[in-house]
Amino acid sequence: MTGQGRLAAWGVGLAALVALPFVYRDPYHLHILVLILIWSFAYTSWSMMGRFGLVSLGHGGFMGIGAYVTALLWNHAGLSPWIGIPISMAAAGALALIVGYPCFRFRITGHYFVLVTLALSGIVLQVITATRDYTGGSLGYTPNRASGNKLLALQFDDKTTWYLIALGVWLFGIVVWHWVDRSMARYALEAISEDEDAAAAAGVDVTAEKLKITLLSALMTALAGAIYCQYQMFITPDTVSGIAVSLQMVFAAIVGGLFVSLGPTVGAIITILLAETLRIGFGTKAVGWDNLVYGVLLVLFIIFLPKGILGSLLDRLKLQRKVPRAHEQKAVQVARPGT
Amino acid sequence: MVKRFGGFTAVNNVSFQVDQGEILGLIGPNGSGKSTIFNMLSGTLAPTSGSIMFSGHEIAGLAPHRIINSGIGRTFQIPRPFRRLSIFENVALAGFYGQGRHSRAKAEEAAERSLAMVGLPTDRHASVDGLGAAGLKKLELAKALATAPKLLLADESLGGLDEAEMDQAADMLRNIRDELGITIIWVEHIMGVLMRVVDRVMVLDHGEKISEGLPSAVAGDPRVIEVYLGTDAETTQAAAAEARRRAGG
Repeated sequence: MTGQGRLAAWGVGLAALVALPFVYRDPYHLHILVLILIWSFAYTSWSMMGRFGLVSLGHGGFMGIGAYVTALLWNHAGLSPWIGIPISMAAAGALALIVGYPCFRFRITGHYFVLVTLALSGIVLQVITATRDYTGGSLGYTPNRASGNKLLALQFDDKTTWYLIALGVWLFGIVVWHWVDRSMARYALEAISEDEDAAAAAGVDVTAEKLKITLLSALMTALAGAIYCQYQMFITPDTVSGIAVSLQMVFAAIVGGLFVSLGPTVGAIITILLAETLRIGFGTKAVGWDNLVYGVLLVLFIIFLPKGILGSLLDRLKLQRKVPRAHEQKAVQVARPGT
Repeated sequence: MVKRFGGFTAVNNVSFQVDQGEILGLIGPNGSGKSTIFNMLSGTLAPTSGSIMFSGHEIAGLAPHRIINSGIGRTFQIPRPFRRLSIFENVALAGFYGQGRHSRAKAEEAAERSLAMVGLPTDRHASVDGLGAAGLKKLELAKALATAPKLLLADESLGGLDEAEMDQAADMLRNIRDELGITIIWVEHIMGVLMRVVDRVMVLDHGEKISEGLPSAVAGDPRVIEVYLGTDAETTQAAAAEARRRAGG
């Protein structure tokens, strides 16, 4: 597709998405769409790092901070989410820097980096559960209903408003993804993910570049958590933080496609629809099944479709026109030795 | 400068200087400390003691990217291209980050110039996977040049190349000095080609400097011949003959 054609397609698609809630008002389906958009944004935020080999299992922590800090500030300090959300994002960003700096400075990469972030996820979950006097622990937490101005409290009753907010946030995530994709920072991060010494020899400040993308990713993930909290008006440690949420991000991003902007969105569509189908089809008998299915699918995808559904699909479409990016082909070869 | 790894002294009180616009050859058998010196100059290792002055500034122990940004470019002995990027992007990256992240346009300009200088295609999408051993060495050089260095540290083990390619690589280094006025420190363990191009040679053995001077003088130095005898005697003698011939004619 040419640049102009692509832009036109995006324009038409977006117009249709914006128009949707005004034509189609089924609240359940809109609810599913809002969830898909919010989680798509969270997965996109994760993939900003993940696509450069910075596999974080700590993003559940950032998301939890976004949700809980915003809600706690509202209930206890009476701070509007308009102020609370930036504060929660700053908190998540600070945590990302505190954990990221020593990791990057002392070259903790690969599996060891994953383990450090895994610990981060666990710690945030434990803190939320342990401070149950404030956070409600594992029973969950509800922001107080606003008595006055709904806009100030960022609480809305109708699904259409939330749909549009979620759409805006999601679009913001996609725009940031493309902005990074076209920046020199992408070159630097691709280089770093391959060979940190060689990247430094090209003049790249490896620690700073990794910190920047980590910070961006953490800030966006915290925003996703806060928006999720404002929409659902009920959060539990297990739904917005912890290792399960982190793993779900990894799963969705990989299944959808890590190297394409809409990959995490496709991943969100699949995970949310899967969870909902299991919930409606099997009810309480299927509690936890979705995690089992995620696990099995993740294994299958890493082996057979490492570029994800959308990534592989796009490759097939453009195979005649353009050679797909070499490193993605490499990923396929690594995952499938002998082909 | 001195570098110790535990109880092992890899570089023992080696002191040298290189003048602007000069090509200094740094040779020695395997394990003689060349690479350690190279790594200290490029910031990969910090000296145990001693100092490295570049254009009047102390650079010993600075982080590698700072050294690159202070005007020193380096290549790797075994080429380390970024295979996720195209040839052009590899070099543009170095042009951008190696020159203080000024502007993308400037970086792309630098990339085009550097690629043309080493004779690689300036096509934006050409993949690194299409390059052979010689092409990868050129890419290394183009990346280093794109950082606009005043001093180029060339870790140019030419071992993997055939004779024509070796000559070509050596000529390229000389062109870089002649046309761009870049000072070069060339590290190598084969003497032959190097002797033809460099202005001055320094020979290392077991972490110590055993000889330094004009190629013709160094090649005739008995200590150098002794070090190379048994390992690379023929090359040494060939180089000595070549240097004498050049000095005579």
